[in-house]
Amino acid sequence: MSATEFKNPVVRWIDYRLPVFTMMQHELHEYPTPKNLSYWWNFGSLAGVMLVVMIVTGVTLAMHYVPHVDHAFDSVEHIMRDVNYGWLIRYVHMNGGSAFFFVVYIHIFRGLYYGSYKAPRELLWMLGIVILLLMMATAFMGYVLPWGQLSFWAAKVITSMFSAIPLVGDPIVTWLWGGFTVDQPTLNRFYSLHYLLPFVIVAVVLLHLMALHQHGSGNPVGVDTRGPQDSIPFHPYYTVKDLFGMGVFFLVYFGFVFFAPNMLGETINYVEANPLQTPPHIVPEWYFLPYYAILRSVTFDIWFVPAKLIGVILMFGSILILFLLPWLDRSPVRSARFRPLYKQFFWLLAIDALVLGWVGANPPEGKFVIIGQIATAYYFLHFLVVIPLLGLFETPRPLPKSINEPVLKGDSAASTKEKR
Amino acid sequence: MRRKLIVALAAVGLAVAVAGTAAAVEAVKVPSQTWSFGGLFGTFDRGALLRGLQVYRGVCQGCHSLKLVAFRNLQEIGLTEDQVKKIAAEYEVTDGPNDQGEMFKRKGNPSDRFVPPFPNEKAARAANNGAYPPDLSVMVKARDGGADYLYALMTGYREPPAGMQVPEGMQYNAYFPGHQIAMPSPLVEDGVEYADKTRATVAQMARDVTTFLAWAAEPELEARKRMGVKVLLFILVLTGMLYAVKRKIWSDVH
Amino acid sequence: MASSAETTAGGGHDDGETRRDFLILATAAFGAVGAGAAVWPLIDQMNPAADVLAVSTTEVNLEPIQTGQRITVTWRGSPVFISRRTQKEIDEARKVNPADLVDPETDEARVKKAEWLVVVGVCTHLGCIPLGQRPTDSKGEYGGWFCPCHGSHYDTSGRIRKGPAPKNLLVPTYAFATEKTVRIG
Repeated sequence: MSATEFKNPVVRWIDYRLPVFTMMQHELHEYPTPKNLSYWWNFGSLAGVMLVVMIVTGVTLAMHYVPHVDHAFDSVEHIMRDVNYGWLIRYVHMNGGSAFFFVVYIHIFRGLYYGSYKAPRELLWMLGIVILLLMMATAFMGYVLPWGQLSFWAAKVITSMFSAIPLVGDPIVTWLWGGFTVDQPTLNRFYSLHYLLPFVIVAVVLLHLMALHQHGSGNPVGVDTRGPQDSIPFHPYYTVKDLFGMGVFFLVYFGFVFFAPNMLGETINYVEANPLQTPPHIVPEWYFLPYYAILRSVTFDIWFVPAKLIGVILMFGSILILFLLPWLDRSPVRSARFRPLYKQFFWLLAIDALVLGWVGANPPEGKFVIIGQIATAYYFLHFLVVIPLLGLFETPRPLPKSINEPVLKGDSAASTKEKR
Repeated sequence: MRRKLIVALAAVGLAVAVAGTAAAVEAVKVPSQTWSFGGLFGTFDRGALLRGLQVYRGVCQGCHSLKLVAFRNLQEIGLTEDQVKKIAAEYEVTDGPNDQGEMFKRKGNPSDRFVPPFPNEKAARAANNGAYPPDLSVMVKARDGGADYLYALMTGYREPPAGMQVPEGMQYNAYFPGHQIAMPSPLVEDGVEYADKTRATVAQMARDVTTFLAWAAEPELEARKRMGVKVLLFILVLTGMLYAVKRKIWSDVH
Repeated sequence: MASSAETTAGGGHDDGETRRDFLILATAAFGAVGAGAAVWPLIDQMNPAADVLAVSTTEVNLEPIQTGQRITVTWRGSPVFISRRTQKEIDEARKVNPADLVDPETDEARVKKAEWLVVVGVCTHLGCIPLGQRPTDSKGEYGGWFCPCHGSHYDTSGRIRKGPAPKNLLVPTYAFATEKTVRIG
């Protein structure tokens, strides 16, 4: 792969000095990708597309938005009413946040199912969790900017959460606020950081892709590619498959943008922020609901540790625990296709996440309290107890010898269906 | 494979349902109406918009501001430039300072926005027994149930059920959360004389003013749905073509 | 994977490959149209928004202005010079042969009432605000305005007489709403 392979002299001139074209040729065109990737592997590229969409729409919105408590709400309405195509850009950005998280959550669950976090992809996985954390911070601050009732009160509630930290909690909250409550200084710095963090995400995504290309993609069978018979070049096979996936995805995404742009949001955020009136139900956006449920699940102190602090620790812990996953799961088998017990618990986890989301959407009263507590308990049990035990004691199904094998000899997974 | 797909779809469905029901715990079930602007191809009934404007100006604007709507926007609902200038000129706008350093009042022009009835929230509360009549510019988007809720609210004033005590200064409303609302029933039979001679029943006025407020909250609605149909059709065709290309390119692997 | 690398657009002569190439080309073209349509709103959003475009007029009360006095008002964000001209200034403006001007225009064509000159106070060269509004300002060699940035001289009708400016000072749309007020824009 050298500059002399390109026919165009301009391309050759550039490539000799900065080998971008050789790099693209290698990383996109020739890059060997397992030939058996399913559509669950589309979600990484979808996440990349959403990152670009959010940055482009965000930068254009930032040309019109005013980050001042007296003007923020009105500036958003100015965008909706007066700016050419402002309503379109705003709705694409607003629903884009949901689309981005939807795609990333599926991408993560794909990783959980197929063991994408296992050696040698541990760092790839951890970089992904870093991206998730950055996305959560970005989304949280972005939601504050329209300065609706929930913008303000979600900011108030979540920043106040840090006061649970012993000793330094209150100074930290004052530092976050830049004052004695959520006010102008808070809005301004959230705007600044909301603009900054996506570019940090871009940098981490580049690291994420570098880590990916080091050993290549996993695949549904979880068996390494052993030679050219197991792979195909990324282009044109996966470029076209990704493009098709994007078409299907945009059909749904733009369905929301054009015909149900406010369905995923809360109506009360169309009421301008009132620091003297708390809305009856403070609820985050749907993609934060499971963490919200975990936060509120702890209703009792443990020893000298207040319930509030435990809730905060568990909430952050629910994501931090994912960093440990490659070491909690010791099974040498990657794909849940060949791990019948793990597969059941995987679906249990997925249902648990949905239950936590449902609990988070409702007020912390009555049946929701106990259900939330059980669901939270299961979540941590899953990672801290179930997964390590499965790794030690589960008998997996026999793995195919290679990726190609199921295609040549008929589906080997189907032939072992009668066991377990 | 199919099971995974079903679970994925269920997840989406659950997410949407959760998002939809999240704040509905205390709200009263509101009867659903048919609106001209509903559905994939909805548009605003122009007659209703003009009547609704009459209701807003004749009944509501005494207490409720509409400060995000500019007079020039009324050209989008069928008024001519001259009609808009005339309406704008009925309002007094504070401008200035002049060269003497004083603020002064002048007649509104089309580029001004609807003038609030009170100079600030405190004045509004003082004039309304401490209650604040909210701005109506995005009200249809700011309440669960949207247009259905607004219509139900306007037509929901009735005698309280037996045994229920309604405090002085409050009214019973069947659809207001908590059933006690500070606003007295704003619509009365024939309260407005419609320019198009439609009979101004309470239900008619409620429907018209709700349609007008729906437009005020979402003036881009018609353009949005029109564009949406074109965009989704385009993407559908393009996705179909991409699928065909994908199958062609993959034919030597499968 | 040499064989798959060969199967990109442009190759074959047999029927299947030509059909495949056409499909790829058609899809790419369709996609390009979509991409173009998607880019347009992102560009158009930078154009003036509806509230900016909404016709804005500035009304000026002319009563306090003495003969020979010049005032500056703001209109659509730019300064507008209103000059209540002396007879001498009017005569000087009318003496000039338009053919001698860089941007030929008669004074009569530039004013509605000879006494009142209304021009946008932005130099037509590169946009500085010319001097001449204050009694202490230099008015240039032609008694009108002088732009200090690159030395353009304007006469008592606001026409460019000397210097790099290519056009006379712009006369905005205006009308006398009453005897003593003018509405600009």
